[in-house]
Amino acid sequence: MTPVRRRRLFMVMSLVLASGTAVALTTYALRQNINLFFAPTQVIAGEAPFDRVIRVGGLVVPGSISRDQETLQVSFDIADNSGVIRVSYSGILPDLFREGQGIVARGTLGPDHHIQAQEVLARHDEEYMPPEVAEALKRTSMTHDSY
Amino acid sequence: MIPELGHLALVLAIATSILLVVLPLVGASRGNYQLMATARPLAAAQFWLLTVSFGCLVLAFLQNDFSVQLVAEHSNTRLPWYYQITATWGNHEGSLLLWVLTLAGWTWAVALFSQSLPRELVARVLGVMGVISLCFLLFTQMTSNPFTRILPVFPYEGNDLNPLLQDFGMIVHPPMLYMGYVGFAVVFAFVVAALLGGRLDSAWARWSRPWTTSAWCFLTLGIALGSWWAYYELGWGGWWFWDPVENASFMPWLLGTALMHSLAATEKRSVFKAWTILLAIATFSLSILGTFLVRSGVLTSVHSFATDPTRGLFLLAIMALLTGSALLLLLLRASTIRSEGRFAPVSRESGLLVNNVLLVGACGVVFVGTLFPLVVDVLNLGKLSVGPPYFNALFAPLTLALMAALGVGPLLRWKTDDLYRLRVPLIISGIISVTLGFGLTYFLLTPFYWLVALSLSLVFWIVCTELEDIRGRIHNKHHRWQALLNLPRHYKGMVLGHLGLAVTVTGIAMVSFYDIAEDVRLAEDRSAVVAGHEFRMVELYDYQGPNFTATRAVVEVYRDGRQITVMRPEKRFYVARQMPMTQVALSPGLVRDLYLALGEPLDDGSWAVRVQYKPFVRWIWLGALIMSIGGFLAISDPRYRLARRRRTATVTGEQHVAKT
Repeated sequence: MTPVRRRRLFMVMSLVLASGTAVALTTYALRQNINLFFAPTQVIAGEAPFDRVIRVGGLVVPGSISRDQETLQVSFDIADNSGVIRVSYSGILPDLFREGQGIVARGTLGPDHHIQAQEVLARHDEEYMPPEVAEALKRTSMTHDSY
Repeated sequence: MIPELGHLALVLAIATSILLVVLPLVGASRGNYQLMATARPLAAAQFWLLTVSFGCLVLAFLQNDFSVQLVAEHSNTRLPWYYQITATWGNHEGSLLLWVLTLAGWTWAVALFSQSLPRELVARVLGVMGVISLCFLLFTQMTSNPFTRILPVFPYEGNDLNPLLQDFGMIVHPPMLYMGYVGFAVVFAFVVAALLGGRLDSAWARWSRPWTTSAWCFLTLGIALGSWWAYYELGWGGWWFWDPVENASFMPWLLGTALMHSLAATEKRSVFKAWTILLAIATFSLSILGTFLVRSGVLTSVHSFATDPTRGLFLLAIMALLTGSALLLLLLRASTIRSEGRFAPVSRESGLLVNNVLLVGACGVVFVGTLFPLVVDVLNLGKLSVGPPYFNALFAPLTLALMAALGVGPLLRWKTDDLYRLRVPLIISGIISVTLGFGLTYFLLTPFYWLVALSLSLVFWIVCTELEDIRGRIHNKHHRWQALLNLPRHYKGMVLGHLGLAVTVTGIAMVSFYDIAEDVRLAEDRSAVVAGHEFRMVELYDYQGPNFTATRAVVEVYRDGRQITVMRPEKRFYVARQMPMTQVALSPGLVRDLYLALGEPLDDGSWAVRVQYKPFVRWIWLGALIMSIGGFLAISDPRYRLARRRRTATVTGEQHVAKT
């Protein structure tokens, strides 16, 4: 091997090594931080994992919001058209959180299909329906108007 | 009548852009100077026509002309006049018109400031910009005409502007961002023109440098303004969410930063030519991708206004067309691109290479995290989102590595250098920065975080090495202060840019690790203590705004028993859209912000209030401001105008000869 070739080989090898490491690290980080979305029906059917952060979404069931009088602990039900699950959250809910509104909660699943949410998202527009929620409602085969 | 006039101007602008594409490009390929000379007046005409068109739209908003659909959907008679103006670009159609207007503005600016360049090149550059302009004008006309009327029955009252957008930040954020996005079209056009002409010397790099830098400055400002707006307007006190739309503007910024640096190497040393060309194409493609992500409705966030698949497809087609043809051209010309410069492993060129690898890597990280959920969705593999920890985990080490390299890079000489020569200053800087970084974190900040200590050390590392570099340039001069002032502007700009990064990173490190957020209950005459400050609510009352009703709390803030400020957070309710809005109260400061947001009323008449203590958060945007000031200083360097003056001299010389 000539010195030029050896240098080239070295360059190519280190490039392959570097990009390989980069891809491996990225994939690892990505796997750790993917938050899959589940509709209430899927959670009840036992499709959602317990050990990692997931996202759930549905419409806030009217009359289900209960607030702790001393702390900022709040819990409420969310539903698609064939399932209801309970979500607990500690903190201030977003401006557009209200009964009948489509919301997405990010958190972990506990026993009894109970979600402990780290974050509750209700988006910024009055007419906005989180796309996942809209699709979940469509899949459970009734229209949004029933609410 | 006025909307029709605006539409007419838009259609005329399309016609002009067709001419701008055809005439100069044909002229350049045939060597016909008359055809080439049409480029400048056509660019000017296009700009003025679009100005008229945009002006008409603004006027329609100001006149509350609700027969125009856009006005009816996004404005309201009770909206203050300045927000009626900003409502013009607070929606899809209007913001697209602003996009093409900005592009026409850049095109015209190129036409004005290119007097010293070869005529073929100018014709080609303006022609290529005409192609881009034509694509987006057609997009506007065919899918998003802002002047559509609702006739004969139109509403008496408009739907109002989204309350989140009724804000000063929104007046300036979109135009700044667009100036940045679209500005990268100029360097793209220079690259394509150079490829078309087949002259790939380093001249085009020199000409496109000031344009790249100015686009980068605007983008920096635009992103910083967006982050600042999100901080005080969304009510959560976050300044960056790794939201796809933010990422869409951040990716061109990262590549644009890489491009600025590789252009320097290409200009000075004729190296990395193909790489620089590729970067320029990629940067502009990412700008269009950003427009696609935001405008197509594939992403849902504050920024996306409509879901319309045809728009998305159209934008993807434009991106494929522009990027694809540029890449094809690059492929065809690849054999003629020669990087003449040679450089040693330790040299300024290598330093810039490291910079580029890290920045492109960072951009890749953001790219994967942003587009992965979209790809999965398109392939019907489920709905998922990529959480902020992904971005933080990969982005932080890359940034820190970049900062470490940044300490050495500027000290290195072009072509070949020796780290042994730099050992004394590097070792001293290293010792100082590690001592300061770890010492300050250990003694002043509790708890101690390794990552903060490391970040602050690297911040001091950048500051020390930049100071060392400056010292090296002036230490053997007689009048050092004079010598400091006399340093060339492009150099001062570079130093400011690097120091700006250090300032921003300081802010990020501090606020990420030491911010305090607590949700407390407050009622009249009740108080809560957060981060050593006592927050006492003294009054709570309702009042009526122009287009909203509001509840306002008056909160007095005490520290060590002394009152330091009064804060007035509000909860507003916008009537037309039936939309509640949190108006936060801020007590800004150089080393800390106090941040109050009213949450929700609780059953006993008290309120849930989020109190936040945000150390050094202003530094994030201050750093961005310093970076862009640095950029503008660099462009103002007279060396970019030297060629022009020389040319004027020859022209007057010729006239003189003609007279005698």
